[in-house]
Amino acid sequence: MSVQELVIPKPREITTEPRFSDKVFRGVVTTGGLSSLLLLGLIALFLGYRGFEVLRQEGIGFITHADWSISTDDAGNVLDSHFGLAAMLVGTILCSLIAVAIALPISVFCALFLNFYAPAWLKRIMITIIDMMAAFPSILFGIWGFLVLMPSVEYWAKLLHKYLGFMPFFKMQVPFYTRSPFVAGVVLAIMIIPIITSVSREIFSQAPLDRIQAAYALGATRWAMIKAVVIPHGRSGVIGGAMLGLGRAMGETVAVFTVLNIVFQINWQMLLGAGGNVASLIILKFGDASPYEIKALMAAGLVLFAMTLIVNALANLIVRTTGKSGR
Amino acid sequence: MSTTITAVPTKPWQASKRERALDTGIFLAAITASIAVVALTPMKGKLAYFTIFFIAYALLTSVFNATQRGSAAAKDAFVNSLVAIGAIVTVIPVASILATVLKKGLPGISFSLFTHDMALATPTDPLNNGGLLHAITGTLTMVAIALFLSVPIGILTALYLTEIKGRFTGPIRFLVQAMSGVPSIVAGLFILSAILYPITKAYSGLMGSLSLTILMIPTIARTSEEVLNLIPNELREAGTALGGTQWRTVAMIVLPAARSGLVTAIILGVARIAGETAPILLLTGGGDKVNPNAFSGPMGSLPYYIWKSFNAGSPEAITRAWAGLLVLVGLVLILFTSARYLGSRKAAK
Repeated sequence: MSVQELVIPKPREITTEPRFSDKVFRGVVTTGGLSSLLLLGLIALFLGYRGFEVLRQEGIGFITHADWSISTDDAGNVLDSHFGLAAMLVGTILCSLIAVAIALPISVFCALFLNFYAPAWLKRIMITIIDMMAAFPSILFGIWGFLVLMPSVEYWAKLLHKYLGFMPFFKMQVPFYTRSPFVAGVVLAIMIIPIITSVSREIFSQAPLDRIQAAYALGATRWAMIKAVVIPHGRSGVIGGAMLGLGRAMGETVAVFTVLNIVFQINWQMLLGAGGNVASLIILKFGDASPYEIKALMAAGLVLFAMTLIVNALANLIVRTTGKSGR
Repeated sequence: MSTTITAVPTKPWQASKRERALDTGIFLAAITASIAVVALTPMKGKLAYFTIFFIAYALLTSVFNATQRGSAAAKDAFVNSLVAIGAIVTVIPVASILATVLKKGLPGISFSLFTHDMALATPTDPLNNGGLLHAITGTLTMVAIALFLSVPIGILTALYLTEIKGRFTGPIRFLVQAMSGVPSIVAGLFILSAILYPITKAYSGLMGSLSLTILMIPTIARTSEEVLNLIPNELREAGTALGGTQWRTVAMIVLPAARSGLVTAIILGVARIAGETAPILLLTGGGDKVNPNAFSGPMGSLPYYIWKSFNAGSPEAITRAWAGLLVLVGLVLILFTSARYLGSRKAAK
């Protein structure tokens, strides 16, 4: 009779160390995730690197002066150059502000309609239409805006000038309405309505149902309910949505280029046909730019990038904090 | 013998016949007012009809409600008409755009359009010369390359945000959102400065697709993140409980469960970039010949073709531009509808 030796297995080590396959997986996914971080950094880096020479030469004048000229001798050497973005920056801000001013009320009312007025079938159809509008390419808005919308908008501009000309924003000395910032603003407004509408609709739909029903139970009309419950809940979200729209409007290129007259003079008169736009400037000057001017365009791109990034970041921050608090 | 009285069911929340008649009356009165004002005063045109009708309607309903039910009801009625204007004004441009594209684009569509390129034709030629074969193939090639590059990065980013949730989750989510706001022209300039000038020094389809990749990544990443967030955590826990590693759980359970949603995300990304014009103008050179090689030589594309024809300016060229737009819009709408279809099927399950 053999004596069986009792083997006590060693205590197994419990570990949270991931296996090799998981390490590879986590490594790959983290790299992929970080690549977007890398891309944004690279964009800023390369545009800054290319535009550095111009930025250093022009200094702060790059964003405060309003002339854009370059003269070269026959061999292509730069004799004299002035690059200032001020007129373009003013134009960009003016056009996008007009766009937001037009789009914001329309979008908010439309979002209210979708959430609290429309029957379910109409709501479904309209959400599809609005999402579809957001997917339309910008060149479509540009060409449609130029050929179809612009004649009507110029007529509206004349009416505004005639009847509301005493107000400071509608003043103008020379009656020249073609391709004005106002036209570009209207086209941009149509492009950003879907963005502001969908953000507002999301925020409004999170309005607390118990309070809505409480308001109705107290005998509120629909508008009284909206004023007391929905608007206080959604106000900052709507502001965030408007800023998202502002960011989109600032960076829009082709649609603005087709309907805007680009003039290198600071112009705050929105009905006058002389505007500016950083993105359109790049398209306008790119075709026949000398290498040195290209550098200036890169610097302009960097300014545009920084502007849209800041506006977007703020907008996302506002939308997110509202969404999270949920009240 | 007692008689039982059954109450007739009523629907007090529905408008009574009298109320409906009054509403219709106000509507008709507003129409009459607009016609009368346009006829009697120098104001003319569609805009006048439209504006006066809405002003008249808003005023009439508010006054009517103020006299009948007091000021709260009047305000409510006034806001009702504002909200209706908001909804109508939102839909009008879409209707106008679609109608115009169909009306102006259809005359330019013919079979030969899809079988010829513009190598031997200029935009101002009669319409039966040349076509947009080069543009369609170019757009498809560029979109395919952009897909190949952006789908892995976009989905990996979404996986990082939903599955790994590491230290960088907050910043990456923030940056991906910020990236979706990068203007397309800046993406074009970036490729120009980082790759085209220092390395390849020539326009090609590849440069275009690289810039499209930058624009597509955030769309795919954000939509995929939303889809992956919808996958119930129980599935992941089940995978782990069966002894699966995280890699197996994600690859065998999470991704298959999210498949149709991920396809929707990819389609939406394609719809976003198919009509992107600004970077294409900077980077591709816009050739007029069918060029199957994305790595060398200028490559045509639908947006470039539309842009070139539009700028040529003659009636034929404008018709070409509209025909190109019709094809482009058709493409975008097909993509959009299929994304919707897949997305809604997912939600129904």
